[in-house]
This record gives sequence, C-alpha cells and structure tokens, in this order.
Amino acid sequence: MPAEPTIPKYKIATRSSNRTSRSFPVHIDWVTILLYFLLVGLGWMNIYAAVYSPDNVVNILSFDINSGKQLVWISAAVVLIIILLVVDYKVYEHLAYPIYGTIILLLLVTLVVAKPIAGSRSWLDLGGGIRLQPAELAKFATALALSKYLSSVSLRQQKLMDQVKLAAITLLPPAIIILQNETGSALVFASFILAFFREGMSPLILIIGGTAAAIFILTLLVPKLYLIIGIILLMGAAVWLDYRLMRRIKTMIAMLGVVIAMIFSVDYFVNSILQPHQQNRIKALINPEADPLGYGWNVTQSKIAIGSGGLIGKGFLEGTQTKFDFVPEQSTDFIFCTIGEEHGWVGSTILIGLFLFLLIRIVSIAERQKSVFGRTYGYCVASIIFFHFVINVGMTIGLAPVVGIPLPFFSYGGSSLWSFTILLFILIAIDANRSQDLSR
Amino acid sequence: MNYLENRKYIIQGIFLIVGIVFALRLFHIQVIDSSYKQAAETNAIKSIIQYPFRGLIYDRNGQLMVQNTPVYDLMVIPKEVKQLDTLHLSQVLQLPPLEIRERLKKARTFSYVQPSAFYQKLSTEEFAQIQGSLIDFPGFYINARTARGYPHQSLSHALGYIAEISPRQLEDSSYAGYRPGDYIGKSGIELEYEKFLMGKRGVKYKMVNVRGIEKGPFKGGAFDTLSVAGQNLISTIDLDLQAYGEYLMNGAKGSIVAIEPATGEVLAYISAPFYDPNLFTGKDYGKNYMKLLTDPDKTMFNRPIMASSNPPGSIFKMAQALAALQEGIITPGTGYPCNQRLVKCSHAHTPPSTLAIAIEESCNPYFYQVMRSMVNQGKSKNIFTDTSIGLKEWRKHITSFGFGTKLGIDLPNEKQGIIASPEMYDKIYGKNRWKFSTIYSLSIGQGELGVTPLQMANFMAIIANRGYYVAPHIIRSVGENGKPLPEYLKKNYTTVDAKHFAPVVDGMAAVITSGTGRNSSLAHIGIQVCGKTGTAENPQGKDHAVFVAFAPKDNPKIAIAVYVENAGFGAQSAAPIAGLMMEKYLTDSISAKVQWKEKWVLSRQYLNIK
Repeated sequence: MPAEPTIPKYKIATRSSNRTSRSFPVHIDWVTILLYFLLVGLGWMNIYAAVYSPDNVVNILSFDINSGKQLVWISAAVVLIIILLVVDYKVYEHLAYPIYGTIILLLLVTLVVAKPIAGSRSWLDLGGGIRLQPAELAKFATALALSKYLSSVSLRQQKLMDQVKLAAITLLPPAIIILQNETGSALVFASFILAFFREGMSPLILIIGGTAAAIFILTLLVPKLYLIIGIILLMGAAVWLDYRLMRRIKTMIAMLGVVIAMIFSVDYFVNSILQPHQQNRIKALINPEADPLGYGWNVTQSKIAIGSGGLIGKGFLEGTQTKFDFVPEQSTDFIFCTIGEEHGWVGSTILIGLFLFLLIRIVSIAERQKSVFGRTYGYCVASIIFFHFVINVGMTIGLAPVVGIPLPFFSYGGSSLWSFTILLFILIAIDANRSQDLSR
Repeated sequence: MNYLENRKYIIQGIFLIVGIVFALRLFHIQVIDSSYKQAAETNAIKSIIQYPFRGLIYDRNGQLMVQNTPVYDLMVIPKEVKQLDTLHLSQVLQLPPLEIRERLKKARTFSYVQPSAFYQKLSTEEFAQIQGSLIDFPGFYINARTARGYPHQSLSHALGYIAEISPRQLEDSSYAGYRPGDYIGKSGIELEYEKFLMGKRGVKYKMVNVRGIEKGPFKGGAFDTLSVAGQNLISTIDLDLQAYGEYLMNGAKGSIVAIEPATGEVLAYISAPFYDPNLFTGKDYGKNYMKLLTDPDKTMFNRPIMASSNPPGSIFKMAQALAALQEGIITPGTGYPCNQRLVKCSHAHTPPSTLAIAIEESCNPYFYQVMRSMVNQGKSKNIFTDTSIGLKEWRKHITSFGFGTKLGIDLPNEKQGIIASPEMYDKIYGKNRWKFSTIYSLSIGQGELGVTPLQMANFMAIIANRGYYVAPHIIRSVGENGKPLPEYLKKNYTTVDAKHFAPVVDGMAAVITSGTGRNSSLAHIGIQVCGKTGTAENPQGKDHAVFVAFAPKDNPKIAIAVYVENAGFGAQSAAPIAGLMMEKYLTDSISAKVQWKEKWVLSRQYLNIK
C-alpha cells in the first residue's frame, strides 16, 4: 500500500473501512483497458513491420530495433499503470497544481539546458541514453490543472478574471513549448476547446474557431474571388431562408468584412509569419505533387504507401513501401502508413473504428463522473487523444498538414507511450472510484 | 446543467464525422484510385527488361551478314552523383562541359532515383578508355547491350537499320509492348521481319529500396519471364555476287537486281550509291543519317523498288510481242516493214521478216505496227472507242507481267510504277479525244510508263520461266531450317500461254549473239544468254541505260536487270555489267578473257560518251 495523503474533509466515514482494505480498485473499466492493450499491441506489431528489413531479419524482440525497445517501454508502462491504479485517486485532484507547476518548471529547465535535436530544444537528457520530453508530460498535467480549476466552487465562467486565469493555465505550457521549437506539440493544447465547450463555453467560440479554420484552409485551396462570392451567396441564402436576419444586416455586413479581411491576410500570414518549414507543410497539404522530392516527399510517399494497400492490404511484413524505407519516420509519426499498406482499407478502418470506440467510451466515462473534476478531466483526455488522432492520420492521407505528433498508443517512443498511458489511466483510476465521490 | 450534457452528443458527433471522413478518404485512395498502386510499383519494383538476342541474318551460302556487337551506354543515377567534377568528366568523355550539364539536367528531369542513359553507344575502345576513370564519378556506371554489326558492309538498302522507336510509333497500338528507348527495325529487312527478328523480351522484377538498391526478386521471381532469342533469317542474297555488283557500280548511280527465276529469290540487290550499314550503328548515327538523307545523289533512295517513274524503253518490246502473240495479232513469222515515217528506228537494218528478227534489231516501226493492230482490232466502229477497248485489253496482259503493280517483295516502300490506261488518257485528253496516234510511243516502251528495276528483273524471270513468276523475295528462310513466307511459294501465271515465249526467247538470244547485247555474251564459257538492251528517255539529262537478261537460255539460273543512270545506250554500260554479274554467279569467277570488260565498266568512260 503506497503512502497516500489523507485529507480528512473529503473522507466519507461510512466508506473509510472499505477504502483502507482496498488495495486495487474494483470498478475498473475493463473495456477501455482492453482497447488500450489492443492499440498498444497492434502498434508494437506495426512498429516491427515498419522497421522490418527482408535482407536483415531481426527478431521482433531484439533490442537493436524499435520493436524490441518498444516492448521495454510497454513493460515499463504496465508498471506505470499498476502504480497509477494503486495510488489513491484523490492524489490527482489534490496535487493537480503542484504537478502542473513541476512540469512548467521542467519545461523551462529543458528550454535552458536542452541541446537542440533536429532544431528542437525539447529533450531532457537523463543520462544513460535515456531522454525525456517534458512537453509530452505537459498534456496530462495541464489537463489536471484545468479540471481542478474548472471544478473549483467559486468559479464563475462569465467572470473575466476567471477566463483570463483559465486561458493562462491552458496557454502557458504551449507558449514554452513553442519556444522549444516543438510547434506540433504546442498545437495539441488547442484541443482543450472541446472540454471547455462541454463545460459551458459559448458554442460561438467553437463555431467561430471552426469557421476560421475552414476559411483558412479554403483560402489556400480555392481562388479568393470564388471564395468571397461563395460566402456572399451563403449569406444571401441564409437571409432568404429566414427573413428576420434582415434586421441584422449591419452585423452580417460587418462579419463579411471580417471574413474578407481574413481571406486577404492569409497570404501575409503564410508568407511572412510562418517559418519556411511551416510554409512548406502548408504547401505540401495543398499540392504535394508540386515538389514530390522536396517538401511534398513525406505526404506523397505516405499516400502512395497507404493507397497501394488496396482493400485488404499486402499482408503483414509484405509492404514494399514500408519495408524499403520510402516513407520517412515510419515507426513514429507515419506509423499509420504501415497499417494502410499492409492491412488495406479494412485494417485502416478497423483501426479508425478502435479509436472512435475508445474516444466515445472516454466521453461516456467522463459523463458518468459525479465530480466536475473527473468529467472535465475525461473530456480533456478525449480532446487530446482526438487531436492527435485527427492530425496524425489526417497528415498521412493528405487531409492535415504534416505536424510531427505521434498516433496515441501506436507510435514508437517511450515518452509518447508513457504520457498517453498516464493520461488515460489517471482517468481510469478516477472512474474506478467514482462511487466514492460526492456529486458536486 | 442539463442542457450542457446534451453537448456530449455534439462532441461524439464530431468524432464520428471525422472517423467517417477518414474512412471515405481512405476508401478513395486505397480502393477507387489505382494510381497509388502504380506509383508504389514504380517506387519499389524495378522491372529489368531482358533484351533477347536479335536474330542474325545470313546470306544464301551461310555467310553472316548481320550480327550483334556489344555497345556500351554510360548510365547515370542523379541521386547518387556526388561532387561531380564536370571538367574532368568532360575531358574523359570529350564532351563540352555545357553538354555534360545539359545531359545531367535531362537525366534529372526523367527521374532523380532511376537510371537513365547519359551517353549512348560507346564502342568497345571508347569504353576501355573511360572505364578506368569511372571510379571518380559516383552515380555513373556502364550498361552493356548489343547493337547491330555488319561484317561485310554490303546490301545497305535491303538490310535497313534499327534505331530507337519513335514517339509516334510508341503511341501506335500495333507497337504495344515496346518501351521508350527500345530499338526497332526502321527500314529494309529489319523493319519487314521485325516480329521474327526481335524475339520475345523477358522481364525480371526486382524490389528496390528508396535508394534504388536491389532487395531481391519480387514475389520470389514468380512474375519473371525469360527472354527468347529472335529467329535468324537466311537471305536469298548471294553475298559474293552482291559485293561484286557493288564493286562494279561503285561511283555510278543505278540499280542491279538479279533473281533466280524458278524461285523468285533475289540474288543481288544493288542500289547505287550505297553506304556502309555500320554508319547507322554508332553514336554518330543521327549525323550520318542526315548527311546521307540530304546528299544530292539521293543515297537513301532505294532505287530497285522506288525508282518507278522511268519508262522501260526497248526492253518493253518483248512484252508487246507476248501480248500480241496471245491476242493472235501476230505469229512468230509475222513481218512488218521498217517504216521510218511511223516512228524513227534506232539504226538501219533489213526489214524484219519475223518477230525474232524484230526483237534482235529492236525495230521501232515493227512494234509500232504490232501495237496498232493490237489496240485497233475493229471491235467498235468508233476509232476512239476501239482504241480504248484495245488499250484496256493490252493493259490486262502488261499488268500480268507484274508491271504497274507491287510485286510484293519483302521490303518496305515498294512502288508500283505506272502503266497507261484508257482512264488515264481520258483524264489527260478527254474522252474520245485520243487514239493510237496519240499514244503510239507506248509501243516502244516510252510515254506513260514507269517501271522499277525490280519489275524489269522480274519480267526477265517470267520470260526465263516461260510464263510465270514467283514474287521476288529476299528472305528464303525464317529460322535456321525454316521456309520463306507462304506468299513466296506461289506461282503467278501471266495471261500469256507458255507456247508463245519461244520466238521471244529466240529473239533475245539473237540480241546477244548478233545484236546490241554482245557485251553481255557468255559464249566464252559456253553459256547462251538471252537479253535486251534499252534506253530510258530522261527529260532531265542524259538518258538512262537499261539491260535485262537471263541465262542460260534453257533451264535459266539467273535473271537480271541493270539500270545505270545517265549512261546513255544500254549496250555500253548496262550490258557488260550484266554479263559480268551473270558470269560471276554462274561460274563463281570472272574469266581472264573478259577482264577488260571489268576495267571498262570501272573506268566509267561510258558516262562521258555523248
């Protein structure tokens, strides 16, 4: 029995005897755990397929290749899981801010001491060949801190000061991460908007955010004039459908003005604010064929690998694009290509199905929490996993820009696997003890 | 807070929509759009064509005429080129540095990772020179393949040449299976027998990684095919005779075609001026080709089958005689006066009292009168209609000798020539506006007549065979022990019965013994030759000399037509050439007695006789 901090005011007398005799939570959501191990196991096999080389066949367990190392990370993750489930679930709520603070500190330290690896100052060298990426840990820490803040009794969401504090908690880690040159990981924090939405944020922000993103992408794909004409026609149609909108004609014209201004500022944004490598990622999304050997290489090769899989794929270890290194970063960011090529549409769709199942399961876990903290944390978990899933799979099939973030549970890498394991199993731990919590 | 709980449906809905969009997008690129599969194959599967050995070509006596010789292509993989010293490479290849950069740029445009030809068709010597330096140029390597080689330099026009397939041919569905850069027969036998010579290509599929390094056979080689060598061809050409003919014609312009009458096999096929076929095999092929194509002597013009606009001259008189005999207009004993008022005769002679004498003397008025009787048989009271009927009948016989039609030789671009027809004159003069006096020059082989040298030689084969011909052909066997193509086994009978040939043959024998063809006599070796001289009028300059013959008179072994441009009267140049050729073929040597003829022919003095 690990040491657990006991905070009497939360202790419920009638349950105390139960709790002291408990060594392992009983109401564990085994479905989620099954999904977790399914994804991790499939990921491990595909990591082997990605690094498999027919003229130098190495055992899947060999520590010389990524699949062997991943098995070590997985074993460590299992230990981590046991610790997470055994530790008193209340620790996460009580220590949310200290954890958050520690991670912020770690991020800052990393920023200062880290040696740049491929332009990024995000890896903390722990010695002995072990490296840690604090940015990965920042996700669950921020999720905990946000949940804690949102669950505080005194919170008034309409109050400006509270909103500023909320924004600060959310934006501080990504700001440091951007300074570390890990823009991809920083973008993940935008996903918390889904959790805020569930907790009462005005849907307008979601709609405006979605619309802005849509207009941004469309501006890159469609000639500006057509886009403006299309938006005007759309507004006209709205007025025609609901005549009362005529009364808001001034607002609508103002909105149109903002949209047009935005359309014309996209070029400036892409060409002047984004760094060249970021510009190339945008260009690769729009038209990877323009430079298939340069910035379009990753996307082109990734699409070729997936596209050549056909309906049922080429079979395990039979993917030529995968085996012969046509797709870069195959065991990490582009792991989905291996599934696409070797297991075809059926395999890819099953994987997408598994992720959807997991996400919806997490949402329902979140909804059955009696505490705001638990529920918000659940939504944060779903948001982060969802964001990774959308961007990672989207970039391999040319629907999202190439952002170097891993596919949860699937991609090779200890930091990533552990951070998602911690993220998910804190939720499972909270959920397993939900009946002990008071509804607030 | 209940209304907020409903937001879980919106959030789950967003998850679902994204999942569905992904599944649909994946369905599109994986199942519907097949271009990714092809791209993956191009990426990772390298098909290596196994080029079959192209068929060889032998002459009728088993001498090798066309072989395969090794050439070397300098290949480049742009991705592997490291720190290229352009100047050094330019010295090694003896190419200007600018050219090196151009070629490298071209290769890069083709593919960054796949090899392309940087410098083609290096000879063995050139290869040996650059081989040592190659180590200094990573990304460059040598690819050996075979090109055509010609040990004997003869028969250029008939052999033809091979070259890279043209973009237009690549689009043509009948060339399916060829790829850019493949070599294909472009003319002559190489073109006509392409499908036999090329053999069957094999393909090996190899897997390569992103750096183009081979990673073993694709699917264990299950899709690999072996190449099958092309079939060898045995030609009808007698290479020694061919070379001798080229020796005789070297410096002159014209044609020699010799045929074995019984089989239609072409023994010699000379188009002068000729060229060394090896000119078309090296890396200077393009330059050499353009030079020959534009030279004033029209070297590339395949005269034996394409020189079709010149009238045959007096040799046509045998055709007139045969048609008239078949029509019953004349008998072997028919005589006509040598009436110079009708048409001028070439020389003074006693009036021909028989057909044979008329042929021997090449009497123009005689054949004027023969043809007049033939076309004006009084079948219609209208003289114009009567002439038209008669000319049509005449034409039927003439074309049965292979004139005015393609004989079907196994070489591309054969021309059919021209034989006058009533329709042609109706067009020129108008219907009922022409009669025999308008067209009489046909009777002596002039006027609206165009005959190729091949048709002349074939005509001799017909007379030698007494009434039929086998379409002339230049390949007697496809494969080592094969047969000629089936169309070259069929006898084509003329409209003239065999019995009518004897007086014509007698007349032609007399041409040699006592007429204009004495220069081709083989009496010194005891062989009786039948022949006829001719002069084809040439409006552009000096007349062309014609001589046709066959020998021996009985059981003939060779029929020949010699056509020398701007050489005037046939007796002076064409006849001795034909005599020498026949002697060479029949006895394999030239007897000392007639060496003077060879000297005379080679002196080309006949070109200066006015």
